[in-house]
Amino acid sequence: MSSRIEILNDGGFRSDGRRQYELREMTFDMAEQAGADGSASVAHGLTQVRVSVFGPREAKMRSQTIHDRANINVEVGIAPFSTGDRRKRSKGDKRILEFASTIKSTFEPVIQTALYPRSQIDIFVHVLQQDGGVLQACINATTLALANAGVPLLDFVCAVTGGVHAAAPMLDLTTLEENDLPHVTVAVMPRTGRVTLVSMETRLHVDRFEEILRLAGQAGGVIHKEMRAVVRERTKGLVDAMGAGVRTSDFAEDAMVADS
Amino acid sequence: MQITFTSFPSQSGLRSAYASATKHATEDDEDAYMDVEPFDDFESDSSRLTCPGETLTSAQSFMRGHGTYVDNDDVISSVAGTVERVNKLITVRALRTRYNPEVGDLVIGRITEVQPRRWKVDANSRQDAVLMLSSVNLPGGVQRRKLESDELQMRNFFEEGDLLVAEVQAFFSDGAMSLHTRSLKYGKLRNGQLVTVPPILVRRLKSHFFSLPSGVDLILGLNGYIWVSKHVKESEREGEEGFDAEAVYSNRNDDIDDATRTAIARVTNIIRILAAHSVPLTDVVLLEAYEWAVEQDADVKGLLQEDVSDALVAAVTSG
Repeated sequence: MSSRIEILNDGGFRSDGRRQYELREMTFDMAEQAGADGSASVAHGLTQVRVSVFGPREAKMRSQTIHDRANINVEVGIAPFSTGDRRKRSKGDKRILEFASTIKSTFEPVIQTALYPRSQIDIFVHVLQQDGGVLQACINATTLALANAGVPLLDFVCAVTGGVHAAAPMLDLTTLEENDLPHVTVAVMPRTGRVTLVSMETRLHVDRFEEILRLAGQAGGVIHKEMRAVVRERTKGLVDAMGAGVRTSDFAEDAMVADS
Repeated sequence: MQITFTSFPSQSGLRSAYASATKHATEDDEDAYMDVEPFDDFESDSSRLTCPGETLTSAQSFMRGHGTYVDNDDVISSVAGTVERVNKLITVRALRTRYNPEVGDLVIGRITEVQPRRWKVDANSRQDAVLMLSSVNLPGGVQRRKLESDELQMRNFFEEGDLLVAEVQAFFSDGAMSLHTRSLKYGKLRNGQLVTVPPILVRRLKSHFFSLPSGVDLILGLNGYIWVSKHVKESEREGEEGFDAEAVYSNRNDDIDDATRTAIARVTNIIRILAAHSVPLTDVVLLEAYEWAVEQDADVKGLLQEDVSDALVAAVTSG
């Protein structure tokens, strides 16, 4: 144990200098990506994810249409350079497919798909850098991208990872911590406090589970505040830009016709 | 216990770092967002902004419109945008969304599929639009009957990839729109270039067809597709004697001289710049922007440079 990095030292600090309940720096960027209906990139510390949303639009494959609601299609690409050990994953990789279906099932109850029968909503997730909490970053980025695309959502979905180190709960784990600790990713809808996803790939003691779940719910609220501030800022920016140049003229046609 | 986050690595004490991080939301902001009082002062603040999951008002006294849903007697927003109220109806208008068609709208679309007696048209909407063979004008006059042979040669009229201008005629039960081109103004497009902008930037105008000086015609589709093309002379318009009925479904461009090509490229670049700055596109704005570009004598590519495009937007929006 002595040769390894301490997860939580005696002073109560983690290996990157954070406290137990401290989240990493978050950046949310909703700048438009040309061609996509909505896009967002999100960074939690060194983890960086970009999501583009297309649709609701006509389903490319007729077999995928659902007659009374929209079909959600999630595709995940993990950049080979995103991890420490460079590894190329094929698109049909089982882990990636499972990851995509996790995101899909997280958003299925949140997107109001019934408003768009026979359409398709495409969500393309690109993981650019991985340092723990990839799923949480993907879910937060997808929420912002969907909001950016004007897709009706019941609420934001805010995800965060929680772990336990020797009975001490922690939030927003890095890769280093994720490798050593039992952890769980929780996605909440902050208005109602409903949980749309609990994903756990390690074994966690049942006595610790409730505490972490509750803590992650609270952390979701903190992240929600940030995300909402970003969405508001962008909405305000667009409204201001549009308000600046509204002018029409009834004489337009007379003025414009230039006969040759 | 307090959940916090700071820059990485944290600089100096958790609480102080949290409080001093001005770019992050603070506790005060939180209170400001949480104002969920009823809508009595609505008129005073006409562009109220909202986010998904934000409670707007009570469902007891208001009706929910587009962009909202009802949960536990509250009207809650489901999109990010501006709140609009008409009497007791609350709607939220999203700022970036796909085109929501209405009957009578002028749209520009692209054929994606040829099916029995109908074409499928991509019109930037939630589903592809339908253009029935019975809702197009076939060469040979308005009164011409559709024959079985017409069904067999539908690709002679419209083929996959062809662009057309049409009007929304009706809706199907699943919300898909049906188009028609039964007017001489509508039909296949050629001699020009397509530009795509967010649909919200194209407002309903008296006319969506207009010409700029220097021989450029513009069609502003309400779905955010804009067609910029070579000017059609008055004498060659539909119904005039110079009108060539055979050319209606032609796939060949006319000869376009270099000056016109440059003008078309300039107009498309102007539209792209205005769209990137979220300036609503109207005839007046476009004409002004075009005149500004000609006055400045900026070359077509130079317009896209950031300082030039900023100056263009400033010139157009200030006037």
